[in-house]
Amino acid sequence: MTDKVMIHVERLTKVYGHGRPAVDAISFDVRAGEVLGFLGPNGAGKTTTMKILTSFLAPTAGRAQVAGHDVYDDSVEVRRRIGYLPEDTPLYKDMTVLEYLEFICDVRDVDKEHRRGRLRRVVEQCGIGDKLGKLIGELSKGFRQRVGLAQAIVHEPEVLILDEPTSGLDPNQIAEIREVIKAIGQEKTVIFSTHILGEVQATCSRVIIISDGKLVADGTPDDLARKSTGAASILVEIGGKRGNDTDPLGLLRQIDGIEEVKAINSTGWSLSDRPRAAQFRVVAKSGVDPRGDIARVIATANDMDLLQLTPEKASLEDVFRKLTTTQGA
Amino acid sequence: MAIAKREFKSYVNSPIPYILVTAYIATAGYMFFQQLFIVRQADMRHFFDNMPLLFCLIVPFVTMRLVAEERREGTLELLLTMPVTDWQLVFGKFLAALGLMSLLLVLTLAFPITVAALGPLDKGTTVAGYIGAILMSGAFVAIGIMASSFTRNQIVAALVAFFIGFGLFLIGALIGVLPPSLAPVASALSIGSHFQNISRGVIDSRDFLYYVSIIFVCLLVAQTTLDSRRWR
Ligand SMILES: Nc1ncnc2c1ncn2[C@@H]1O[C@H](COP(=O)(O)OP(=O)(O)OP(=O)(O)O)[C@@H](O)[C@H]1O
Ligand SMILES: [Mg+2]
Repeated sequence: MTDKVMIHVERLTKVYGHGRPAVDAISFDVRAGEVLGFLGPNGAGKTTTMKILTSFLAPTAGRAQVAGHDVYDDSVEVRRRIGYLPEDTPLYKDMTVLEYLEFICDVRDVDKEHRRGRLRRVVEQCGIGDKLGKLIGELSKGFRQRVGLAQAIVHEPEVLILDEPTSGLDPNQIAEIREVIKAIGQEKTVIFSTHILGEVQATCSRVIIISDGKLVADGTPDDLARKSTGAASILVEIGGKRGNDTDPLGLLRQIDGIEEVKAINSTGWSLSDRPRAAQFRVVAKSGVDPRGDIARVIATANDMDLLQLTPEKASLEDVFRKLTTTQGA
Repeated sequence: MAIAKREFKSYVNSPIPYILVTAYIATAGYMFFQQLFIVRQADMRHFFDNMPLLFCLIVPFVTMRLVAEERREGTLELLLTMPVTDWQLVFGKFLAALGLMSLLLVLTLAFPITVAALGPLDKGTTVAGYIGAILMSGAFVAIGIMASSFTRNQIVAALVAFFIGFGLFLIGALIGVLPPSLAPVASALSIGSHFQNISRGVIDSRDFLYYVSIIFVCLLVAQTTLDSRRWR
């Protein structure tokens, strides 16, 4: 891994027609060996940003460089160095998979010497070995997606730009494609957009969230999760013996360092006479760790056992929802 | 070049060229043999005289999908993010369509061969006629590609190409009814009269220049249309 900046985006803005900007002065850098997840709700401007990075569209203002070349002034150099999978995987339906990949090698000037090896490698990586002779138009969506990915990596680009590479795939295929992305991300720079947050956590070393054309977050998945909620929440599970009618909710509420307690599934506490267990989500006052207090209070209470006391990390989903709903409403 | 190759292969795999080639050969052949049997005249004049109008009708079907379909399918976006220039793309498609037209012309060589078998064949005008036919196809093809670059709808592309081509043809047909002062202008613009000049065996640089400039201008317009997405 090196520190070389492979994608440099500086106050990039794109306005379609005369409307509001689809991309509004966003800036970020991506280094070699990074896998960047590009998140944002529908219409946030992810695809637009990628189209500018691939030099398909020109920015209205600001600039972007890929591998040191400006996407507008030096577009052929940029295009030589990227692999791109557009959003809905456009492919020539009247070609077979092999014909298509060979065509891409021709257009991309993959020399004859390396061609066989490269083709064999991507075919294996993307799992399309037994589809080579098939017409692309006859493939299922998932396999088309794989052919699209194969097309994007066959020339071993320095920068890989994938727009929703896992949409329309089944869970097994998603896992496989993630592996491919990760493997490529070891040496190359990858930027991919997605709506699936789990994907980002599973594959990315870094996340950017944009909303309404503006950059709202930039960091590692863990960073973002930590930053967002501020106060941590704690999951508390309490067991009780038969015939015990004390409601633990009341006990928890009396603890000093606690801001808020919510019962998660305690409906059965006072009604059932089976051995009871109830879960609560506790939000601490900021800067306080109330776990010791909780343990003490429950232990000293009559016939109650502390079954679980787990600090919860905010999920990326929470971050996403929080960051993208406040804006533009 | 890869683009020309792909485009040509995709012609081979699609039914449209076969239909067009058959239709053209059938029509031209019908006219040719009608001459032969009814008028008992075996020469190439007639064949070449009908060519401008027939090409004006068939070439739009050859070219209509070239850019329009790529635009509609989104493959244009992918192609334009590869290291090919807009000009290479446009020119590659031009070569593919011109290749198809040349193939069609090769098939029509059956007619001069028939003529030669039946009597004397004026080799000079026949060769000149074929050179003119290639040039004229090139012009129609370039017009068609330009039309195809304007839209994502193939039918619209075909119609636009047809009307431009037919307009250039019609100017020539109108020469007889125009006031004499306008006649030279009309014949200078007409796609047919330049072809007539060539197929009579007089290859003048003006006729040559006419077709080459139509080809060049139309392809340049097509290239500019592709590039217009990046205007700011
Ligand atoms: N060709 C276009 N002409 C006009 N407006 C456009 C065009 N393409 C996109 N937009 C607008 O730009 C904004 C951003 O669109 P973009 O496709 O970049 O979003 P996205 O983040 O990729 O969304 P999604 O998650 O749905 O793919 C949207 O408001 C969209 O309506
Ligand atoms: Mg998108």
